[in-house]
Amino acid sequence: MRASPLQKLIIAILGWGAALLMFFPVAWMVLTSFKTEINAIHSPPLLIFHPTLANYGHVIHLGDYIGALTNSVVISVGATILGLIIGIPAAYAMAFFPNRWTKDLMLWMLSTKMMPAVGVLMPIYLLCQRSGLLDTQTGLILVMMLSNLPIIVWMLYTFFKEIPGDIIEASRMDGAGPLAQLRVVLLPLAGPGIASTALLSIILSWNEAFWSINLTATNAAPLTAFIATFSAPEGLFWAKLSAASTLAVAPILIFGWATQRQLVRGLTFGAVK
Amino acid sequence: MTKPTTTPTHRKKLMRTWPLLTPTVGLLLLWAFVPLAMTLWFSFQRYNLLDPTITGFAGWSNYKFLLESPAFLISIFNELVLVGAVLIITLVLGVAFAVLFDQEFIGRSIARLLVIAPFFVMPTVAALIWKNLLMDPVNGVFAYLARLLGFTPVDWFTHYPMAGVVMIVAWEWVPFATLILLTAMQSLDRQQVEAAKMDGARGPQILRYVILPHLSRPLTIVMMMETIYLLAVFAEIFVTTSGGPGNATTTLTYLIYLRALVSFNVGGASAGGVLAVILANIVALFLIRTVARNVDL
Repeated sequence: MRASPLQKLIIAILGWGAALLMFFPVAWMVLTSFKTEINAIHSPPLLIFHPTLANYGHVIHLGDYIGALTNSVVISVGATILGLIIGIPAAYAMAFFPNRWTKDLMLWMLSTKMMPAVGVLMPIYLLCQRSGLLDTQTGLILVMMLSNLPIIVWMLYTFFKEIPGDIIEASRMDGAGPLAQLRVVLLPLAGPGIASTALLSIILSWNEAFWSINLTATNAAPLTAFIATFSAPEGLFWAKLSAASTLAVAPILIFGWATQRQLVRGLTFGAVK
Repeated sequence: MTKPTTTPTHRKKLMRTWPLLTPTVGLLLLWAFVPLAMTLWFSFQRYNLLDPTITGFAGWSNYKFLLESPAFLISIFNELVLVGAVLIITLVLGVAFAVLFDQEFIGRSIARLLVIAPFFVMPTVAALIWKNLLMDPVNGVFAYLARLLGFTPVDWFTHYPMAGVVMIVAWEWVPFATLILLTAMQSLDRQQVEAAKMDGARGPQILRYVILPHLSRPLTIVMMMETIYLLAVFAEIFVTTSGGPGNATTTLTYLIYLRALVSFNVGGASAGGVLAVILANIVALFLIRTVARNVDL
C-alpha cells in the first residue's frame, strides 16, 4: 500500500514543521548574533536587518573569551586523549579475551556512571583544593576523563566486538604480542569506531557544566562556565551573548551531526544499535 | 552457560590481559569509592569550611536537620516534578518524531539533523538563549507571539518558574529520545506493518499494537538514561532561576549545591549527597539490570 501524494505532502509538512520548531532557538541565536544590541531587543522581533559582525569582534577581543575557548579545547581534547589511552587497552582485553568476570566488570563500570555528581561534590571539591587542582586545567581534565571513561570503554568494546576474532588470532599465531596486535591489527580496523568514541567524549566534555562551574573560577573556566557569567543582570547584552554562544556551540554541533549514527550506541551503552 | 574452567591457556590469557585492564579498573575503583566514602564520613561530621571551630562527630544530626527542614521536602517534590514532566514530554515527542522521521519525505536527512541539534547545545547556552531571547516577558519572541494573538505575555520565571525550566530541559532532551527511538525504528519489521494494514488496522492501532511493542525496550532505556541525567540537572537552574523565586525551582541537586558551595556546610551537604546517591541508585539498579539483559557481552 503506497502513501497517496496528499499523505506524502502532509508528512513532509509535519516533518519540516517539527524540524524548524526544534531548530528555531538555535537559528534565532545565530540571527541575533548578527544584530546590533538595539536591534536584538527590538519588538516586534526583526527578521530583516542590517547585519553586523561587531558582536563577534567584541567577543573575540574579550580576553576572557579566548581564555575560555582555550580551556574548553585543552580540557575536552586532553580528557579524551587520556581516556582513550587508558580505555583502549581495557576494551581490547575485554572484547578479545573475555573471561568469567568480563560481564560483571562491564556492568560495574556502567554503574560508576550512574553516580550523581552532586553526591560527591564536597569530597571532589576538597580533594582538588588540597592538591592545588582547583581552578586548573589538569583538575578538570582528570575529573572529565574519569566521568567519561565508562562510556569510552563501553563504546570501544562494542566496536571491537565487530572485528572478527580470527584476525587477532591469526596475528597472535604469527607471534604478535598484545601491544603489537593492538597497534598493527586493531587500531587500523577499529579506526572509525575509535574516532566516533573520541568525538562523543569531546562533545560530552565540551558541554559538561556541573564540574566546569563548580571546580573553576577565573583561570580554568571553560566556555560552559564563561557563558554562565552572562546570566548576571549587568551582563545582559543579547547580541553579544548570542555571538559568544554561537561560537561556543558551532564546532560541537558539527561534530555531533557528523557522528549522529554512531552516537546512539555510545549513549545507550550498546543496548540500541 | 558452560562452567568456566581454568585451563593453562586460559590462565595465560588472564595474565596477559590484567596489565591492560588495571589502569581503567584501578582508576574507576578510586573514582567510585574514595569520594563516596568521604561523603559518607563527612555526613556524620560537624564540618563547616566557614567556621573551623565546629568539629566532631555529629551522629545523625546532619540527616535529622536536613530531613526536618521544609526546603528538603520541597526540593524532593521539585525534583520529581522536573524529572516527571520532562520525561513525559520527551517520551511522547520522541515517539512522535521517531515515527515521523522514519517516513520518507523531501529533505528528510536535513530535517533530521535540525531536530537533533538541541542535544549538542551546551546547557548554559540553551538556558540563557531561552530565558532571554525567547522567554523574556517584554522583548522575547514568545511575548511578541502572545501579543500578536491577543494574549498577555507570560513572565515565565516569575510566575511559572518550574514550567520555564521544564521547557528548556525538555527541549534539550527531546533529540536524545528521538535519536535513539529513530535508530530502533529501523529494525522494525516493515512486513508486519504492511500485514497490519492489510488486516484493516489504522494509524493509532498500528502505533498501539505494532510500533509501541517494538519500541518498548529502547523506551525503557531512554527513560532510565534520561532519569539519571535529569536527576542531575544543574546548569539550567543555576543560570535561569538560581533555585528561585524562593525555592520554587530548588531541586535536591541544587539544594545540595547551595549547602555545599554557598554556605560551605560540608556535613549538611554530604548528608544530602548520600540521599541523592541512594535516589539515583534506585533507578540505576533497574537500568543496569535492563542493559544486562539486552546486550550480549
